[in-house]
Amino acid sequence: MSRGRRRFWIVASVLLGLAAIVSAVAADHPATAAPGASAEAPPADSVIVQQGRRLFEQGCSDCHGFDAKGIAGVAPDLHGVGAISADFYLRTGRMPLDDPHDEPLRSDSPYDQGEIAALVAYVGSLGGPGVPPAIDTAGADVARGQELFTENCAGCHQVVGQGGIMPGAVAPDLRASTPLDVAEAVDVGPYVMPTFKRLTDDDVADIAAYVTYTHDPEDRGGWGIGHIGPIPEGMVAWLLAGAALLIAIRLIGERTTR
Amino acid sequence: MRLGAAIAKGVKLLVGIVVAILWRRPRERAERLPEIESPTLEREVTGGAGATLTVVAMLVAAALALAGFTVLYIVLPDTQALGLTIGLGLVLLGVALAVAGKAVVPQEQAESDYHDFGDELERTAIEHEVRESGEGVTRRGLLLAAGGAAAAAGGAAVIVPLASLGPNPPSPPFSTPWGPGRKVVDAEGTAITADEIEEGSMVLGFPDGVEDKSVFGASILVVRLPVAELELPPGREAGAPEGILAFSRICPHAGCAISMYRHPVFAPTAPGPALVCPCHYSTFDPRRGGALEFGPAGRPLPQLPLRLDERRELEAAGDFYEMVGPSYGGVRQDVPGDAS
Repeated sequence: MSRGRRRFWIVASVLLGLAAIVSAVAADHPATAAPGASAEAPPADSVIVQQGRRLFEQGCSDCHGFDAKGIAGVAPDLHGVGAISADFYLRTGRMPLDDPHDEPLRSDSPYDQGEIAALVAYVGSLGGPGVPPAIDTAGADVARGQELFTENCAGCHQVVGQGGIMPGAVAPDLRASTPLDVAEAVDVGPYVMPTFKRLTDDDVADIAAYVTYTHDPEDRGGWGIGHIGPIPEGMVAWLLAGAALLIAIRLIGERTTR
Repeated sequence: MRLGAAIAKGVKLLVGIVVAILWRRPRERAERLPEIESPTLEREVTGGAGATLTVVAMLVAAALALAGFTVLYIVLPDTQALGLTIGLGLVLLGVALAVAGKAVVPQEQAESDYHDFGDELERTAIEHEVRESGEGVTRRGLLLAAGGAAAAAGGAAVIVPLASLGPNPPSPPFSTPWGPGRKVVDAEGTAITADEIEEGSMVLGFPDGVEDKSVFGASILVVRLPVAELELPPGREAGAPEGILAFSRICPHAGCAISMYRHPVFAPTAPGPALVCPCHYSTFDPRRGGALEFGPAGRPLPQLPLRLDERRELEAAGDFYEMVGPSYGGVRQDVPGDAS
């Protein structure tokens, strides 16, 4: 290897390392800054609230009105819903909605992290509860979480947390839900979901731990057949049982050669 | 006592039959049967002491396994063990019969024309054949005893589980623990106050002082709706203090747990409040006293009248307005005073 080539490789690897560090810091920054970090609501005349107000007028005022007081029959008043509601709806991409009569569902948000933080700050400045602190599921009791989830949530979201239907609405799949999403939804009761304010913070942490567990549940072994339910199981049963029956018939039966 | 005498007579008769079956000596075969021209092409008398003993051993094993089912059912009703014994018993019985058919009775190949049903000649031929099939079978009594034991054990295994049909339903069949003054508590036994029931929240309630939460009709759902929106059937206004409503969690269709509550954040663009059963999506409107809005249920979701005590804690003002529990087929009933 020539001297020039070696120098090229050293420089390139140093640059790559620097790039990795920078991108790690950049990726880490909004994740820690967005939820919970700013428990104190910024004052109404702060830069971030003013930026949020501008974004709101551009993107949300069609339905919620210029002063966020809502439009009768189209969209609700946002005074008093709090940063918690705005954070839940915006971070999970449930808002903005193409048509106010659609059910808000998880999607890719057209806003970046900074814009969401600004909008949340603006809606938060109109009053109401703030974004809850980050949920720590490290010491949570998954078994108790499953019990509480079964009692309160599984009717709609199913015990495996993969969502379901109810007349007139869809109960969303929770496989993309973070513990903070769970805590906010329990408190906000988005769309037609009820609220569960009698649940304590510990209860919510346990439920969030269970929801996280369902994302990658422990495999009990056996022949899962893709874990897609009774239909493949029935198919396999029929194929195996059918083959066994054919073999039995072949063994019991006699061929007459006449 | 005439009845006692009749029973004694019946028992004697049964014993007589069993003894006759078990101890019957082989008679001279075909003594009164006319000899007929047999269309047999090939005949082989296979009966051997070894095969017979094998069959007897398997029948005895089957009898033991099937008797084991009965014993386990009474002593240790574990479904795995029950399945194992009855499965083993039936397999042994089946194999014993198959071996007996192949290796104990004579084997023959024959051909014959089709006859009309009830043909005299055919019947005679079949009787003849049945008699002949005993040819070469040794230890007839032992074989019959083993077969009889297996049959008796199998019969007992079929009859004994009838005990699982359960006790008679209590009378009256559908009484619940709720009654005037019974406190509403949560799963931990803490009293629920009116202020904890916010509009849009769903709270599970249980009767105070009832240890077993699975007692029939115990579990209720408590919700709050604006008083102005309520269209309760006449006479129920007092049972919904401040718009707080309680309903049974047992779906009146098939008895599943009502575990879905739909409450819109913004009513104009979302479906209205409803309690929904996750099994068949029977949908009940809490504003109209649990009237059926959609689904297969034939009657409304039973509502429990509530009242507040001096500490604003929830308590029942009586039992449910309607009968709690699933309905028998075809039961249809509307909310009293409800036009729709």
